[in-house]
Amino acid sequence: MKVIKIDKAKWNDGLEALNGSYSLFGPVKQNECYEFKKLDKDEQLDLSGLNTRMSAKGLIYPHTEAMFTYTLDEGEENHHIMQPADKDYSPRAVIGIRPCDADAFLLVQRNFDTPDYKDPYWIQAYEATTFVGLACNNPCRSCFCTSAGSGPFHEAGLDVLVVDAGDYFLAKAITEKGEALLKVTGWDNELDSDTAEKEIAALKNDAEAKISSTILTDNLKEMPITAVYDAPFWEDVAFACINCGTCTYVCPTCWCFDIQDEVHGTSGTRMRNWDSCMFPLFTLHGSGHNPRGEKVQRVRQRFMHKLKYYVDKYGDGIQCVGCGRCVRACPVNIDIRKVCDLMNNYDEATCAAQ
Amino acid sequence: MVGYIDKIKEISERLLKDGKVDMVIGFRKGTMPMMNEPHRVKSADDVKNLVWDSNCGINLANYLTDRKEKIGIVAKGCDSRNIVTHIIENKIDRDQLYIIGVPCKGMIDSHKITNAVSGEIVDVVESNGEVTVKGDGFEETFNKADVLQKNCAVCIHRNPVIYDELVTDLVEEQADVDRYEDVREIEAMSTEEKHNFFDDLLAPCIRCYACRNACPLCYCPTCFVDESRPQWVGKGDDPVDIKTFHFLRAYHCAGRCTDCGSCERACPVGINMRLLTKKLEMDCLNLYGWEAGLTLDNRPPLDTYKPDDPEEFIK
Amino acid sequence: MQNPYLPYPVRIDEIITETEDRNLKTFKFVFLNDGDEEKFSYQAGQFAELSIAGKGEIPIGIASSPTEKGFVMFTVNKVGLVSTFLHNMKMGDIMGIRGPLGNYYPWDALEGKNVVIIGGGFAFTTLRSSIVYMLDPANRSKFGDIHVIYGARSPGMLLYRNELAEWEARDDINVHITVDATDDPDWKYNVGFVPTITEQKAPPADENTYAIICGPPVMIKFTQPVLDKQGYKHDHIIMSLENRMKCGIGMCGHCNVGKEFVCKDGPVFTLAQLSHIPKEY
Repeated sequence: MKVIKIDKAKWNDGLEALNGSYSLFGPVKQNECYEFKKLDKDEQLDLSGLNTRMSAKGLIYPHTEAMFTYTLDEGEENHHIMQPADKDYSPRAVIGIRPCDADAFLLVQRNFDTPDYKDPYWIQAYEATTFVGLACNNPCRSCFCTSAGSGPFHEAGLDVLVVDAGDYFLAKAITEKGEALLKVTGWDNELDSDTAEKEIAALKNDAEAKISSTILTDNLKEMPITAVYDAPFWEDVAFACINCGTCTYVCPTCWCFDIQDEVHGTSGTRMRNWDSCMFPLFTLHGSGHNPRGEKVQRVRQRFMHKLKYYVDKYGDGIQCVGCGRCVRACPVNIDIRKVCDLMNNYDEATCAAQ
Repeated sequence: MVGYIDKIKEISERLLKDGKVDMVIGFRKGTMPMMNEPHRVKSADDVKNLVWDSNCGINLANYLTDRKEKIGIVAKGCDSRNIVTHIIENKIDRDQLYIIGVPCKGMIDSHKITNAVSGEIVDVVESNGEVTVKGDGFEETFNKADVLQKNCAVCIHRNPVIYDELVTDLVEEQADVDRYEDVREIEAMSTEEKHNFFDDLLAPCIRCYACRNACPLCYCPTCFVDESRPQWVGKGDDPVDIKTFHFLRAYHCAGRCTDCGSCERACPVGINMRLLTKKLEMDCLNLYGWEAGLTLDNRPPLDTYKPDDPEEFIK
Repeated sequence: MQNPYLPYPVRIDEIITETEDRNLKTFKFVFLNDGDEEKFSYQAGQFAELSIAGKGEIPIGIASSPTEKGFVMFTVNKVGLVSTFLHNMKMGDIMGIRGPLGNYYPWDALEGKNVVIIGGGFAFTTLRSSIVYMLDPANRSKFGDIHVIYGARSPGMLLYRNELAEWEARDDINVHITVDATDDPDWKYNVGFVPTITEQKAPPADENTYAIICGPPVMIKFTQPVLDKQGYKHDHIIMSLENRMKCGIGMCGHCNVGKEFVCKDGPVFTLAQLSHIPKEY
């Protein structure tokens, strides 16, 4: 694919050129943290941060999203009947998304875009979006992307990969969508692709070498679900957990949601909101029975889902891209890397013998 | 701190060996700089994992709620006050507890330090009232007093108020601290300024409920935000619902909050919701001369009635 | 793109109070739009989300049979916000149905086989659907012997009492109705818990006999050993799970157990399949 060299002085010109064709989203610094945000016309994104505090998930799959609207006024036509909510799926571009966050959408896609059912909200938002990723030259210490199936220069899920090469950027088109976006920018200094790929590969090697944190999941893949489910370490792992939703909400690959109706006067909205398997309410039956009523069951569910159930269901790796957000954000320092070690090193036979 | 840790281990080991307790609740070393993990030790062999330093800000009383075992618990000043509140509110029995009192000199505010350096922090070392922070290409030393959690900076109850054994001599309590400066700043605002201030304060909230769940006071089996019949609060990201959650939660803590700072510390998006509870704490002090969790002998003012209770505030 | 969250608009056509405690009502719905009934083409064992504007949705097993045309029928226990509101709705009210959802009893595999249906309490809805489906003149010859063991706390707590009496009188189905206890002198059926009656009445296991069990956890817990004793293999014991659900299409995550979504990969599982799944239901 073609690689374009962008003089840093021309970076903003290119983004400005996108304004007519795309709504732009990107990281900005807010209250000492980087967050993704829709950029106003003259607003500039800030690529100086490492990972944003919240993942890019919310750009495609907002915390709260209207699905339908309706009226309860029996005098009105179609009362009590769901009508599609207003949606804007015009083209948008996310600039400066990190490769792990873009990769995460591919993991989530398996859930929302299935052979049997298509989630129209997620799919339409995803398809409307062009992802221009920024490679991580200096990954965080708590990132473990390379052992989670992703990486600091990982291309899957991106339409364009932008690499900071010091004085200039290298922008590599990965998909046709990405190529189309690059055309609009006006950046036109196309390089010989072999030379450019070599330059990118060298930077990639440097970046990957800086990843100091890894996980292993090879044994876990072969273990029966019920064996690791019944492992004795879960009580210890779960002790500190306060059952907040932080890990699930900052996670780019957690997708669970709740559906709620809200009514003001006679006009109502059916909406969906992020939900979390950490909350007791998540599994509470109408009868009062709760199959995951205990904290340890909920903590186990999160790790088992990411590192085992998902692996077994789709047969293509874990439901984690190693962005490290849950590790950094957990109020009580429950660390998925540590838990993954326990799971992967678990030997039912040895434990039973003890 | 080494002295503290050795003593905590020694006491814990003794308690577990003698069968006086079924478990000791304390902290183990975290995997991230400035983070420790609440931890439960059940056998004398495992007490080696217990640690103590200025990153033990999570309130351990939260882990006592409705437990049935005999428990040794490491408690700094605020933890001990929440233990008192737990006992008063029948969430744990005094006889179940062996309280290992830790006179406290305040906990580090990791946000403050993170924001004060440019670059990712790799290591943080604490000694002699100083905190040294290292990262790629930088090393910086702070006075611990300058990087304390906001609640610790104005704390006047650093020593445990209830304990069975202390790990060290009591520390000198801070005197002449202005505990309510931040509250007065808000009180001085106009209505509109206050409105905007609270809008901005709570705008980043993602409704993860880390503040509520880190709080030892928030032990309701079903929180009002989770109740569906009737549904008091919408569940989406409407700012009105978010504010309703934070304001009401604060009111539920009125007269009970010890300003332990766990809520603010736990918040993944850096909201200082402590300002809300702080205002109510100040009101309880001014109206009733009450500070939560200092004694087992009195119930909090808002769940008792006295003929001479002040009434001006409801006029 | 078809929106799987969009319910078909329906009108409540009939409401029947089923049980003496009035906590179970059967609702018959008719589709408002032409063609929706055909699109809502289902099999016995599936469920649907009943959607009430302003309140939300609840997953409920389909109690009517695919052989019954012109309406769909659900029997709803009054437990939560939506079901309580539904119980207070009137004939003619407009609401929605989303589905059919989930898998169904393995009708292809059951062809030519004997079927033993064991039900308890209000978990008899998709079993009713199954019985009506199998007894349909076009289908009856596809199955061998049909046994039904159905119990409730008391005679007044049995669902579909008129139909039960009709089936009881037929000779192409063996119906064993039971109640835990009764002081009704006219009660002419069994008295005793479902596991006990199963032990007495269920046919012996063989390669050609399948059991379908639905009921409260306590009934399942004590019936399973009975079936084990009678030699039923675990891949011949078919069960339908319940879990909290929101989307019904395997996306929202609520009903996830192990690698399965109860709503989409289930709700029907064999006992053999369940042995690989954590007991979180």
